[in-house]
Amino acid sequence: MHKAENCPACHRQVSDDVLKKYQMVCPECGFHHRLDAAQRIEQIADAGSFKEFSAELCSKNPIELDGYAEKLRQNQKQSSMNEAVVTGTCTIEGLGAVLAVMSFDFMGGSMGSVVGEKITQAMFQGALSDSPVIIFTASGGARMQEGIFSLMQMAKTASAAALLEQTGVPLFIVLTHPTTGGVTASFAMLGDVIIAEPGALIGFAGPRVIEGTIGQKLPEGFQKSEFQLKKGFVDAIVPRDKLRTQLSFLMRTHVGVKHEQDA
Amino acid sequence: MNKTHEELLKTSVTRLEEIAISDPRTKERSSWDCVLLSRQQGRPGAATYIDLICDEFMELHGDRTYGDDPAMIGGIGTIGGRAITFIGNRKGMNLRENIERNYGMSNPEGYRKALRLAKQAEKFGRPVVCFIDTPGAFPGLGAEERGIGEAIARNLKEFSTLKVPVLSFIIGEGGSGGALGIGVGDKLYMLENAVYSVITPEGFASILLRDPSRAQEAAEAMKMTARDLKRFNIIHDIIPEVPEGAHKDPLFTANAIKETILKDLDVLCAKPAANLVRYRIRKIRGIGEFEGSEAWWTTLMEVFKLTVDLR
Repeated sequence: MHKAENCPACHRQVSDDVLKKYQMVCPECGFHHRLDAAQRIEQIADAGSFKEFSAELCSKNPIELDGYAEKLRQNQKQSSMNEAVVTGTCTIEGLGAVLAVMSFDFMGGSMGSVVGEKITQAMFQGALSDSPVIIFTASGGARMQEGIFSLMQMAKTASAAALLEQTGVPLFIVLTHPTTGGVTASFAMLGDVIIAEPGALIGFAGPRVIEGTIGQKLPEGFQKSEFQLKKGFVDAIVPRDKLRTQLSFLMRTHVGVKHEQDA
Repeated sequence: MNKTHEELLKTSVTRLEEIAISDPRTKERSSWDCVLLSRQQGRPGAATYIDLICDEFMELHGDRTYGDDPAMIGGIGTIGGRAITFIGNRKGMNLRENIERNYGMSNPEGYRKALRLAKQAEKFGRPVVCFIDTPGAFPGLGAEERGIGEAIARNLKEFSTLKVPVLSFIIGEGGSGGALGIGVGDKLYMLENAVYSVITPEGFASILLRDPSRAQEAAEAMKMTARDLKRFNIIHDIIPEVPEGAHKDPLFTANAIKETILKDLDVLCAKPAANLVRYRIRKIRGIGEFEGSEAWWTTLMEVFKLTVDLR
């Protein structure tokens, strides 16, 4: 099978095999294709080291919204994922970490009760096992279908980040395309170090909403990783082929900060 | 059949007139009626309640970084000799004020001012009272450039561990992350006709129902009234308004708010800070509906033990 697709950025034809070899980054122009959770874990974790936890958590229909249950089932079938985030433990270049990977393919990576719970559990797992927590974000924001419960997940994940901070265990965020809305306005902006993949859309309000407010087109590159770096909201832009080594660098440089316990 | 914006507006005005002359005691108000009432021009805002509740009040301005956001009011007030930091969204009471105050939609500096005042309150052991009344954070160019997402995120995190009591009252519209940005605390109350939701009914209708004119239907589906949120155990209690709505008798509602504040602070101010924060986090951490829950309470206790302040 040698399927070839046109790169959405440079429009050149790149075969699937080549794309895979380059970690789904266009070898011609550097465009970062979206990854699902499985692909991301494969690229980041040491081979065979990833052990998923909280996999059994499954969404309910808390505000009894028509069609939500079907929508969930449909997404579960299409994505072969249970929810929009996968969490687990792994090693990266031999160092232990808690890893959470969001997937935009599952209902736009939206955060409902399960996503909020899994992110919270991941942070607490990191605190208890004294392992850095690494979260890859990709989300359109809060999951409207869960009403107020989805909004409250912002508070829940942010308070978990507050607790994690107090235990002295580091939180590393990797913002990937796109990260917007309630995820940006909660744990995604609370990392001790915040990395972004090149060219990712990162913001609170979506571009169309802002255009509606200001009544004109947004400038080129608005809300992209490079823009957020310039505005001071991300620490570094790291291309995909350097992510593993940069993350392991951060893990190696963030040890021994655990708060002393009273005897 | 798409209704135009003007048609919708006309229906809303007519409906508000109907609400004004109907007797709400005979039946429960619909979600949409609450949406209309919560947004009504002339509904008392944070400034009105602060004025009616406090013996004295001094407004404090600015985030010390960028500017002062007129859509957010903050300062120190006293009730019977007790000093309290007040923070609130501010929409204004008429069109001119609405424009001046950006219809209560804050920029990052508003949230940063709120946080500055909350940390100031913490330093001096003052409790914090927040009044929420906003359609949401401002979705503008400058707001994004100055990190509205970061500003809200930081507030959620900092308010969740603030070492003084925090009470929040949704007095009108509680719109999404912009409302939550000053809505994390020990107790959350809603006025009888206030609403609180993850997105406006108009937004919900246009995204999920693919038709912005179905906002009324969306409002019912979203379950955004005080009654709904009480049933979901998201809010602690409902603060009464007079039957016609808070605008008819602001003092009635102000007194009910004042009574609640004093009653709560008597209890909360007596608690050691660590207990207060642990209890607050426990409440937030427990929110969510899903299958396959674990016994999270023991895990949370273990995490508390690893912290300096909460063990």
